[in-house]
Amino acid sequence: MTRGQWRKGVNAAMLSLTGLCTILVASVLFVILAYLAWNGGRSLNWDFFTKLPAPVGESGGGMVNAIVGSGKLLAVAVLIGVPTGFLGGVYLAEFGHGWFPYLVRYATDLLNGVPSIVMGIFAYAMVVHRMGHFSTVAGGVALGVMMIPIALRTTEEFLHGVPGSLREGAMALGASKSRTVFTVVVPAALDGIVSGMMLDLARVAGETAPLLFTALGNPFWSKGWLEPTASLPVMIYTYAISPYEDWHRQAWAAGFVLLSLVLAVNVAARLILSRATSHR
Amino acid sequence: MASVSTPLAPLEAQPSPSFIKRLRAGDAVAHTITLIAASSIFLVTLLLVYYLWSESVLPRQKFGWNFIFTSVWDPVAGQFGALPFVFGTAVTAILALIISVPIGLGAAIFLAELAPRRISSYMTFLIELLAAVPSVIYGLLGITLLVPVLQSHVVPALKATLGFLPIFSGPFYGVSIFSASVVLAIMIVPFIVSVSREVLLAVPTEQREASLALGSTRWETTWKVVVPYASRGIYGSIFLALARALGETMAVTMVIGNTPRIQTSLLAPGYTIAAVIASEFTEATGDLYLQALIELGLVLFALTILINGIAQLLILATGPRLARS
Amino acid sequence: MTSVTTPMFTPAPPTGESKPREHSEVKLRTEDLSFYYGSFKALHGVTLEILERRITALIGPSGCGKSTFLRALNRISESIRNSRIEGRITLDDADVLKMDVTALRRRVGMVFQRPNPFPKSIFDNVAYGVRVNGLADQRSLKEVVERSLHRAALWDEVKDKLHDSALALSGGQQQRLCIARALAIDPEVLLLDEPCSALDPIATAKIEDLLFNLKDQCTIVIVTHNMQQAARVADFTGFFLMGKLIEFDRTEIMFKKPSKKETEDYITGRFG
Repeated sequence: MTRGQWRKGVNAAMLSLTGLCTILVASVLFVILAYLAWNGGRSLNWDFFTKLPAPVGESGGGMVNAIVGSGKLLAVAVLIGVPTGFLGGVYLAEFGHGWFPYLVRYATDLLNGVPSIVMGIFAYAMVVHRMGHFSTVAGGVALGVMMIPIALRTTEEFLHGVPGSLREGAMALGASKSRTVFTVVVPAALDGIVSGMMLDLARVAGETAPLLFTALGNPFWSKGWLEPTASLPVMIYTYAISPYEDWHRQAWAAGFVLLSLVLAVNVAARLILSRATSHR
Repeated sequence: MASVSTPLAPLEAQPSPSFIKRLRAGDAVAHTITLIAASSIFLVTLLLVYYLWSESVLPRQKFGWNFIFTSVWDPVAGQFGALPFVFGTAVTAILALIISVPIGLGAAIFLAELAPRRISSYMTFLIELLAAVPSVIYGLLGITLLVPVLQSHVVPALKATLGFLPIFSGPFYGVSIFSASVVLAIMIVPFIVSVSREVLLAVPTEQREASLALGSTRWETTWKVVVPYASRGIYGSIFLALARALGETMAVTMVIGNTPRIQTSLLAPGYTIAAVIASEFTEATGDLYLQALIELGLVLFALTILINGIAQLLILATGPRLARS
Repeated sequence: MTSVTTPMFTPAPPTGESKPREHSEVKLRTEDLSFYYGSFKALHGVTLEILERRITALIGPSGCGKSTFLRALNRISESIRNSRIEGRITLDDADVLKMDVTALRRRVGMVFQRPNPFPKSIFDNVAYGVRVNGLADQRSLKEVVERSLHRAALWDEVKDKLHDSALALSGGQQQRLCIARALAIDPEVLLLDEPCSALDPIATAKIEDLLFNLKDQCTIVIVTHNMQQAARVADFTGFFLMGKLIEFDRTEIMFKKPSKKETEDYITGRFG
């Protein structure tokens, strides 16, 4: 074999090999979806969405309290994470100067890298320990604080992307700095910011670890905001590691529902994002 | 012809002083509010460190640095050593990297350099969706799909070929360090692919053209010019993936066996820092036990901060190439 | 040439050198070459003969297609999506478009507009093409590198720091390094795409000198937006306008007595 033939052979072989790696990685997604759809889809029924969990060992029942619980947790999280992250991002992009913004960015990236279970410890110490009991609020705090770094960076990034000429145009008409920011710059960046927040929300919606010792769990309805509550991810975990076949079945169903929601929000966010960038 | 309409009163030549005062006040208020929001990051970080430190005072006083080096974790006897968890965390993370880096890098190279544009964007989209799958779902599939497959096909094949090695000795009951490493590898591959791909795409076209013009094949150009150019960023992606692997909780605790022992065989069950906190926090009886778990959280926190910091430096460094001399 | 009737540009002296050359062989020939970027036709049926061991310059205003033409010669334009070539290109009568592309590029080298050294050492840059094509073993590699750096008029400046990073060199030095890198694989043709446009006059002069010296061993095609450079350096000049080859002739004829009006207008600066 000549050297030239060898080099061509290597070229072709590596093309195939790396292509194989790509197919391997991408196929994981299909395996996950297929498995969940098959096992979870079969187990989904009306009861799942309307009934409370049955007592341990008994079959039947549903996860309506977990669904509502997740909703409440995310509501608290959004209340804490979105405004803080948004306003912080506005500060970094529009008002900050000097060394302080660098510090904020650095701390944000640091916080973003903290494992979610450690955030759970944080919420435990700050809320559960103080109150003396587990609660929805504690879980919401854990998730909300996790939302802040990404919400902040996303907002900053998209505000930076708005061209300076827009700001100058508004200020030249006599608009004040804050008015320019909130009535001109933010709306221009809104698509991107919203999509970033959606991705952020989808991420915390699937988090389990921080809820394990903040919101804990609840086989019944959780009243108000100060009681422990069931949530979809924690139910999946609890049921999956249990020895009961029926609970496994329900874990599949819950997994299917959770993944569908998370992926749907992800795809929607990316669509909004691509529409936003194509307008530029 | 028409009647002359009364002229509009001229607009005020200058805004009134009170208007200007309100404008400036509005700016000041906005500045302050957004500043407070940004400062919340510091508040959270400081509080986090404070809690991790103050709520782990008991084991720190009792064990000191030995905490990290003791391999006995016996809550009943009040003995708490972190070594089994540090061991488990390190081994699963490293093994996960060994599995995922070649595959992830291969996929990134394919998507950035070798694949046609359309295929590349679709595949990248799919792989980025993978990064959005929650950990507990990976755990669910880990228990029900991966572990049985490992048990029936992979491990027997492994034992048949490499069973003489001590790391593959002993019985395999499904839940193990090995299983956890495989699940972790699957979970971190999307990050390696995604970040490495972007780093490779950032290499200037002129570099590729120079190599092609000298008669290189596409693969030679990719491997000998593009990848070396992007190497720092690729290392950064590996460190990022490592940081993620260290902190993964749910999928690991569902397939690792939750056993606080250090064993040579990868087929034996084990435990990681994140997994033990998740499974034992609510069962912890007594302050020492709980605070030992919190101290483990402190160790994990320090570890991920360190690794993430290195990752950021490496990724930033692939900006403008500086001369090495 | 200092008489009052000196032409505006001093053309290259006629090529009478040590070896009398009545006919030069045709090294590269294009027949009716057209190039499309998507649906945009960038080259319209260009027919051109490039003689061996001569310097041929391609001039014309921005966007006239001269770079597109050059890049078609070593098929480096193939990596552009949606591009299409029509027509024929032959190298020593062999069809370039049907050849193995890496073999083609071994024989037809290219130097780009902005210097693009690899972030490796000076030595490794020059040795890259040699290693990849397996053209020399370890021992002769050093000689090959040294010889190329001599030919590129860079040896004296870098001989003591061959293992330092190429990026530490100045712009002009980097470009000569790129020339050395291209020369190391001993190409029969060297294509240069506006090689001096990013350089100062002194660096430019050094490169023009070395091209002159290279002519004996190598066929050179240089795209330039600088007419004086073409006049200084080239034996033949082709004038491109809007994707068409308007005129092609010996340099002194092109600059003193062009036959096409467009050529004359461009050269006298009526547009550009």
